[in-house]
Amino acid sequence: MTAETAEDLAAQEFARIVESHRPQIFRFLLASTRDIDLAETLTQECFLKAHRNWKHFRGDSTAMTWLMRIAINLQKDHWRNRRLQFWRQTRTNAVDLDEASEWLPSGERTAEQQILAREQVAQVWKAMDGLSDRQRTVFLLRYVEEQELSDIAAATGLSEGTVKAHLSRALSKVRAELGGGR
Amino acid sequence: MSLNEKNMAERHEPVSDAALEEVLGNFRQSVHAWSDAACIAPGTTAWRSARHGWRLVAAWALGCVLAVGTLGTGVYEHHHQRVLAQMRAAQQARQQQLAAQQRARQADEELLATVDSDISRTVPAAMEPLAQLMDEGESQQAGN
Repeated sequence: MTAETAEDLAAQEFARIVESHRPQIFRFLLASTRDIDLAETLTQECFLKAHRNWKHFRGDSTAMTWLMRIAINLQKDHWRNRRLQFWRQTRTNAVDLDEASEWLPSGERTAEQQILAREQVAQVWKAMDGLSDRQRTVFLLRYVEEQELSDIAAATGLSEGTVKAHLSRALSKVRAELGGGR
Repeated sequence: MSLNEKNMAERHEPVSDAALEEVLGNFRQSVHAWSDAACIAPGTTAWRSARHGWRLVAAWALGCVLAVGTLGTGVYEHHHQRVLAQMRAAQQARQQQLAAQQRARQADEELLATVDSDISRTVPAAMEPLAQLMDEGESQQAGN
């Protein structure tokens, strides 16, 4: 196999990975930031970084876990770099809780059930605002991306025990929010 | 019972695991639907980017106006303070000059008073006629 053929194959494989994992990475970043533009930008940065380091990907974890780790780090760096709160507030496009909770498939619910479900979704968003960065990340990976604890641990660089502890605290806060602060 | 009242009443009951599972399921569906919609709508991002760009420009413009305003106010205030200080100094100098003139005038008056008192000393009885003659002579000169 020539060097050019190997490079072509690697490029094709990377393109396939982008196609299959892009929606998931975007969704995670969207849920983390509640900002479509920012999620879009960070997703692009994530895949750009992945492309640059694709040669170094040894396949110790799945491509999804590897990409998710990059996305988590990018998101962390992004918020860390925005020290000036004024500009952070001015530049952000983050939607409010009501807008974020609007997206709920009606399914077979009645109008009343639909309203109640939206209110509850809004309460989960509200509870998420009170979570630490790690708790929020772990919570989203578990309950939105439905990842296994081992994958979350690999993506976040935490031990499974720590992941469980963060999840437990996050769930307690969500439960408290749903139960009226109990 | 209205929906809100019903919701409030439900809020005071502990959330069961099943209910929590259901809420988390709804939350998951909601995020998936939102993300899918954001991915599908290609114009949305461009429009939002444009809006984002305008907001950025507006924020910078506001920032510049504030900076120029603050700087301008500072410069004006500095200039104003300098003018006031100059006026105060001039006024003080004038007052000092007036006080000096007043003091000089007062010193002159005191000197004249001392001289007068020295001159208008009581004349001994033997010299009285001579003094009267001098007074008369002075009054005649004044009358001429």
